[in-house]
Amino acid sequence: MDNKEKQKERILRVSGVNVLKCMKCGKCSGTCPSYDEMDYHPHQFVYMVEKGEIEPLLKSKSIYKCLSCFACVERCPRGVEPAKIVEAIRLEVIRKQGENHLKPNQIPQLLDEDLPQQAIVSAFRKYSK
Amino acid sequence: MIFSYYPGCTLKTKAKELNFYAYQSAKALGIELQELPEWQCCGGTYPMAKDETATKLSSVRALTLARDLGNDLVTLCSACHNVLKQVNNDMQNDEKIASKANIYLQLKTPYHGETKVLHYLEVLRDCIGFEEIAKKVVNPLKGKKIAAYYGCLLLRPSKVMQMDNPENPRIIEDFIKAIGAEPVIYPFRNECCGGYLTMEDKALTQKKSNTVMGSAQEFGAEMITTACPLCLYNLRKNATEHDLPVIYFTELLAEALGVKED
Amino acid sequence: MQKIGVFVCWCGSNIAATVDVSAVSEALSHEPGVVYATNYQYMCSEAGQNTIKDAIKKYGLTGIVICSCSPRMHEATFRKTAAAAGLNPYMVEIANIREQCSWIHKDMATATEKAIILGKAAIAKVHLNAPLTASQSPVVKRALVIGGGIAGIQTALDIADAGFEVDIVEKSPTIGGKMSQLDKTFPTLDCAACILTPKMVDVAQHEKIKIYSYSEVEAVKGFVGNFEVTIRKKARYVNENVCTGCGLCTEKCPQKNVPNEFNLGMDKRRAIYIPFAQAVPKVATIDANYCMKLKTGKCGLCEKICTAGAIDYSQKDQLIEQKYGAIVVATGFNPIKLDNFEEYSYSQSPDVVTSLEFERITNAAGPTSGQLLRPSDGKHPHTIVFVQCVGSRDTSGCGKPYCSKICCMYTAKHAMLTREKYPDTDVYVFYIDVRTPGKNFDEFYRRAAEEYGVHYIKGMVGKVAPKADGKLMVQASDLISNEQLHIDADMVVLATAIEPDKSARPLATMLTASMDTNDFFTEAHPKLRPVESPTAGIFLSGTCQGPKDIPETVSQAGAAAAKVIGLLAKDTLTANPCVAHSDEMMCNGCSSCEKVCPYGAITYVDKEFRMPDRTVAIRRVAVVNEAVCQGCGACTVACPSGAMDLKGFSNSQIMAEVDAICK
Repeated sequence: MDNKEKQKERILRVSGVNVLKCMKCGKCSGTCPSYDEMDYHPHQFVYMVEKGEIEPLLKSKSIYKCLSCFACVERCPRGVEPAKIVEAIRLEVIRKQGENHLKPNQIPQLLDEDLPQQAIVSAFRKYSK
Repeated sequence: MIFSYYPGCTLKTKAKELNFYAYQSAKALGIELQELPEWQCCGGTYPMAKDETATKLSSVRALTLARDLGNDLVTLCSACHNVLKQVNNDMQNDEKIASKANIYLQLKTPYHGETKVLHYLEVLRDCIGFEEIAKKVVNPLKGKKIAAYYGCLLLRPSKVMQMDNPENPRIIEDFIKAIGAEPVIYPFRNECCGGYLTMEDKALTQKKSNTVMGSAQEFGAEMITTACPLCLYNLRKNATEHDLPVIYFTELLAEALGVKED
Repeated sequence: MQKIGVFVCWCGSNIAATVDVSAVSEALSHEPGVVYATNYQYMCSEAGQNTIKDAIKKYGLTGIVICSCSPRMHEATFRKTAAAAGLNPYMVEIANIREQCSWIHKDMATATEKAIILGKAAIAKVHLNAPLTASQSPVVKRALVIGGGIAGIQTALDIADAGFEVDIVEKSPTIGGKMSQLDKTFPTLDCAACILTPKMVDVAQHEKIKIYSYSEVEAVKGFVGNFEVTIRKKARYVNENVCTGCGLCTEKCPQKNVPNEFNLGMDKRRAIYIPFAQAVPKVATIDANYCMKLKTGKCGLCEKICTAGAIDYSQKDQLIEQKYGAIVVATGFNPIKLDNFEEYSYSQSPDVVTSLEFERITNAAGPTSGQLLRPSDGKHPHTIVFVQCVGSRDTSGCGKPYCSKICCMYTAKHAMLTREKYPDTDVYVFYIDVRTPGKNFDEFYRRAAEEYGVHYIKGMVGKVAPKADGKLMVQASDLISNEQLHIDADMVVLATAIEPDKSARPLATMLTASMDTNDFFTEAHPKLRPVESPTAGIFLSGTCQGPKDIPETVSQAGAAAAKVIGLLAKDTLTANPCVAHSDEMMCNGCSSCEKVCPYGAITYVDKEFRMPDRTVAIRRVAVVNEAVCQGCGACTVACPSGAMDLKGFSNSQIMAEVDAICK
């Protein structure tokens, strides 16, 4: 297995998603609230992982735009759970040394007096390891 | 009725009212919420990856604690509720995650999802009943048009949350009726407010929050109620084009029950 | 000792490529009782069968073993061969060395060894076989059709035209089914009523057909050729022999607020009603859930104004017993409930409708008299979005895993007719795939896109959000242009998945007919016996077997009728002699067998027995009705004393096979 295949295998294992269940209906992308802010869209994440084209997804800004709102998970007629693929791709990036997307020293300037702790811990869990 | 209670980090700090009025109302309704000793933050969002174990352990600890106390576990914050229910589901159904978590925690009795996790709203609906609550209302919020904002985390994924129809819920609307007010149904009540992206992308969050509040306003809402501190924050701060008041549902409950003290 | 012949088939290369057939015939030739063993390229061919016949005669064989394909394939063939050579057909045993051996093994040595063992088991069984004689039972020359939609109507007409009596049992007050609710039919766009109602009239006027409308099948007993059916004729509180169908009562009844199911609840009817103008039989029915007279004793207006004197508030349900030779299931379909698809706001906006509701809205006899007006405000919609596959092809647990098959075509029809009648209307169709594999079907769909300007968009709608101004915000993906669309629509039409009628499941239990996990009736063979249930004498017509459009339903209805005619044309049926029988000396009268028998073939009798001391004792023992028994063997397993046994598959025969395999 070359590195590309290993990476695909890892994404599939970490996400627990069977991308072959996708019937390419696009309901995930029809439902996604962050669609317009994304360069690659939920259905593309599923299809590109199926094809093993993971590199562009790792560089995609979409992985930081997903709201983890579970709308695509809820509405997918095949039970594919695209959000879990997006999460696995994001982890593939931020688990690497020095690749944290959100760093503690950025936090003070992002705070305001009403910002709930929930936002900070959620953002850290999503963006940093 | 005694329940174990998991408040979560935000309810101890920025969302004190959500917690405070929940206690007040619970007392009036004959419910005792016993805060779990030594609970830890759930992490705010459910770690979806199959190989994540450590990030689920704080939830497993809380769930195990409730089991050992012999109580159902009540949460109030939508995020905690979502994380605890999803982790509990993993402990029931994902043998790999469950066995890893049990090995880490070195529990005397391994945990396999025995605890029942309830949202405070489910306690109101299923353990007390909205009809009973309506009878105890002394200060009905007559004529108030209130829009329920569910957000994402309360209902989804519905197979795990098992709380209500994820696309046409009624639990908060029924609650609003019980306290004497008039629920406003609008289509964006279960669409995301922008969540934690407020830290990363204000513009996106503003767009989402404006859509939600705009839709509620369009349908005649005078107020929005929610169970989530982050939703409340986003709707208050990021729905820049509208200014409906946003209030925690527990505050409305305390007011209706006549037990609201500041 | 039997004299046994063994015949090993190569099945071309199907068996011979994996099994050393010569080694098999050679090995089996040494088995006790085997006097002749051979192998041949195609044992089922005429030459192969002649080899068998010649050997039977030449060696005086008393039993034969064929090592070949599954008995489902050729057991009947080889039994006929044996009979032609004067051997009792039940002295033939098949060792399945194809499906159960050559097709599933790769290694020749292993496969050959297994084939020999299977052959030995069959030889062991033949040693214990006894000649069996099939009994004959008479055929009742009358058919029952359950369901009066287009499937039931066509089947009934075809059977009746062949000269046999047919009864149709229809649970609603009129026959006609779903087709009577449709507006136009694809791909020729002829009006459904224009082609259906003449057939309904034919049914009503056919001297061989009797319609039991507003009736349901209550119980089924018996077996192929001889079913005994109880039909519940529900009280309609109107004497249907007297009612002239003038409709006066349906105009004067003061209870005006009953949801009209014919228009899917989009308008109201009275408590006494005739579903639609061309109803057959055209008689009124009183809805007991809404009639004031029946509920409170007050009113009675319809009785006063009925000049024919047809109203009878004291009418009761009636049970009718009737015998039939064959039963055809034609119970049809319904659109699924949309509770799991509220992202489309079906229950949150009256302007989100199902496709069947859209049919009624565009139908001249519908709630808007055929004007395309949206339900909320009665205004003409200018933008309509059609959503395909709502609940179809859904494995998430919210919908149905199968393709509903008819939606692509009726949506093309709706879109095309809308554009034709209202060219100022923008029509969007969101699709996953467009599936149009029928004669002139794809041409029809392409016409909608190319000539009528229907916007076909490859993508799915994610959310329909009603807006305060009455519009519907449709959020969807366009996968070709890779963008998310937001369309302000006036109406949204959901191509809702279809499912078998709820009455099908209890009916299947009554008929002991099998169903799949989706509650569609299973056919005896998906390709070669598509209109027969595996249960003898039960036939399938229309969507009860799977989603179908009208052309396909009518073809299948005719096919089912042909099968029924073939059955009813016989005077007697040869029964399966492999039935259960009870050794009354061993039976202890415990009733275990009676309880497990799915066919009701076992009864108990008190019988006198001479005891060793010359006294007479009366004992309760089981008796099998051989005409009813289907030979399933459930009783032989349940019997604690070993009294119950199956002819042709006795416990000792099966143990002999097991012993041979384990040796």
